[in-house]
Amino acid sequence: MDGIISWFDYISGRPDEILADTWDHAKITLTVVIAATIFSVLLGVYAQRRPTVRALSLSITGIFLTIPSLALFAIFIPIVGIGNTPAMLALFLYALLPILRNTVTGLDSVPPAVVESAKGMGMSTMSQLFQIRIPLAWPIIMAGIRISSLITVGIAAIAVLVGGDGLGTYIQSGLTRLGLPNSLESVWTGVVFTVVLGLVLDLVWATFQRVTTTKGQRM
Amino acid sequence: MSDTANIHLDTNESTSRGSTRPEDRATKIRLEHVEKRYPGTKQPAVASLSLDILEGEILVLVGPSGCGKSTTLRLINRMIEPTGGRIFLDEEDVTKANPDKLRRRIGYVIQQIGLFPHQTIAQNIATVPKMLKWDKKKIAERSDQLLSVVGLDPEVYRDRYPKELSGGQAQRVGVARALGADPEIMLMDEPFGAIDPITRDRLQNEFLRVQAEIRKTIVFVTHDIDEAIKMGDRIAILGEQSVIRQVDTPERILAFPVDEFVRDFIGEGSTLKGLHFETVREDVQLDPYPTMHLTDRPAEARARAQEAQTDWVLLLDGDEHPIRWVPVSELDSGNDVTAESGTEVLAKVSIGATLFEALEQMLISEAAVSPVVREDGSFYGVVRLTHLNKAIRRARLEAREHYEQLETT
Ligand SMILES: Nc1ncnc2c1ncn2[C@@H]1O[C@H](COP(=O)(O)OP(=O)(O)OP(=O)(O)O)[C@@H](O)[C@H]1O
Ligand SMILES: [Mg+2]
Repeated sequence: MDGIISWFDYISGRPDEILADTWDHAKITLTVVIAATIFSVLLGVYAQRRPTVRALSLSITGIFLTIPSLALFAIFIPIVGIGNTPAMLALFLYALLPILRNTVTGLDSVPPAVVESAKGMGMSTMSQLFQIRIPLAWPIIMAGIRISSLITVGIAAIAVLVGGDGLGTYIQSGLTRLGLPNSLESVWTGVVFTVVLGLVLDLVWATFQRVTTTKGQRM
Repeated sequence: MSDTANIHLDTNESTSRGSTRPEDRATKIRLEHVEKRYPGTKQPAVASLSLDILEGEILVLVGPSGCGKSTTLRLINRMIEPTGGRIFLDEEDVTKANPDKLRRRIGYVIQQIGLFPHQTIAQNIATVPKMLKWDKKKIAERSDQLLSVVGLDPEVYRDRYPKELSGGQAQRVGVARALGADPEIMLMDEPFGAIDPITRDRLQNEFLRVQAEIRKTIVFVTHDIDEAIKMGDRIAILGEQSVIRQVDTPERILAFPVDEFVRDFIGEGSTLKGLHFETVREDVQLDPYPTMHLTDRPAEARARAQEAQTDWVLLLDGDEHPIRWVPVSELDSGNDVTAESGTEVLAKVSIGATLFEALEQMLISEAAVSPVVREDGSFYGVVRLTHLNKAIRRARLEAREHYEQLETT
């Protein structure tokens, strides 16, 4: 009980600071997820009907996910220096697989008869892609985006270790001062706001999904 | 597909399918030695197919599974590219034309329908008009009109999504969508194949009614010979590799299958099916039959029956409508003939009915003949078995003569 009260004291003592860090964390996450979405959807569209590219791109993005995060963050420091950039590059690589895999699966799930009739009515390949195939695959692609978003929010807390911003600062500073006053409160602030941010972003994506799909696609 | 079928273009009045004379029509689609060899296959799926499809007709491609019907159909709108031969539309060689532009001129309906699930019914129907950049108002009017044509109330259905339709309704929308920009040609690949028999029958009838008005040139694929007979102005019976075994009107194919393959394919009962194409016509002398009115003396009627060698006399009312079958035995009994004598005339056909219907009535009729009435219901004559027999033999003879003539020329 005491812990919770002192945690509330801690956060109410610095609301602006926490909000600013949460916002930084959100910006990192959104930038990464949006970039990964653009890249993965394009790659997915290209790879879906090309067995070799498809297998290769899925394996490689899968391997990215298995590289320990701290190592992956550090790999980029010699190339781009410290700060948010190496963090975002690493996060970008992590975010690829869920979106790529779901793009490919989503495009696979478009009924062939629908594409056949679109083609049969004289829709160009591009129109088929943008008016039929991607819209129909969209709910599944969105599911991938939401997974990537959750992964990214969590792992972005490590950005602080390569000199980046975000809620990771509370966790790190808390841990380095462990035992001193406000150290646990600081760690909890980082954890709780990261989780809340993840949920809020998921809600944002859910709303986005709703406005970008029609009633005909919902259960 | 309702009576509001009011599509512009052709307003050709002659809607009776029996009277369409193929030889008078222009060729709309011409296939010249068209061949399709799928990569990695030894045998071509379609081997050198030549066929003329006439303006305004329904040509049915029918044949066993895997014989190449769908391949042939899909060659026409270049869904697959021919590996040989040429395809003409209105005498224009389209073998090398831009396939997307070509397809916008050709309606295409497939068995799985393939409606766009994320678009409303109205948006689905608007697909081709939108590509052709029609203005919004015209597109909206058009899709409402087409929904009415296929028998769906626009108010109810225009804003629905495909998943909110039954199979039959979805197939109607599929047809409406294919008619979207009023193409002159429709390609239909087993459009009613995945629908229950009762709905299928209704859709077929509705479609024929719409077609009688819009007069599109239609290539229709089915593997069901009965559907082919029902829908086709002409039928092409295809064998392996889409080789044409016989192409002709359903009447003639039924009356004169050219070989064993065709005979096997049309199967049992082709004679009976042939009766669908013969009608009870006013210009054909029907058999008379002894009749009487309530005012006639039984003995007179008895004499007429004796003369005609029948066991029954047909009792007519004041308007000459047939009402009762009176057996000769009752005339002999000495009692008066009343409106309750004998049994009620239940089975009868009108002039214009098919001989198939006449046969059906004959089978359930008391006197084993089918009374024929004029439009006003008055008695015209009867159809007997001999009549059917003659009609069938005449059809066969005509078909044989037609083919003999073809051979000598
Ligand atoms: N994409 C393809 N690649 C290779 N062979 C094919 C392809 N599509 C069809 N075939 C072959 O071509 C032949 C004709 O196929 P098609 O689909 O035209 O038959 P169909 O007459 O429509 O049969 P069904 O009545 O079963 O629909 C078949 O032997 C089929 O196996
Ligand atoms: Mg087929």
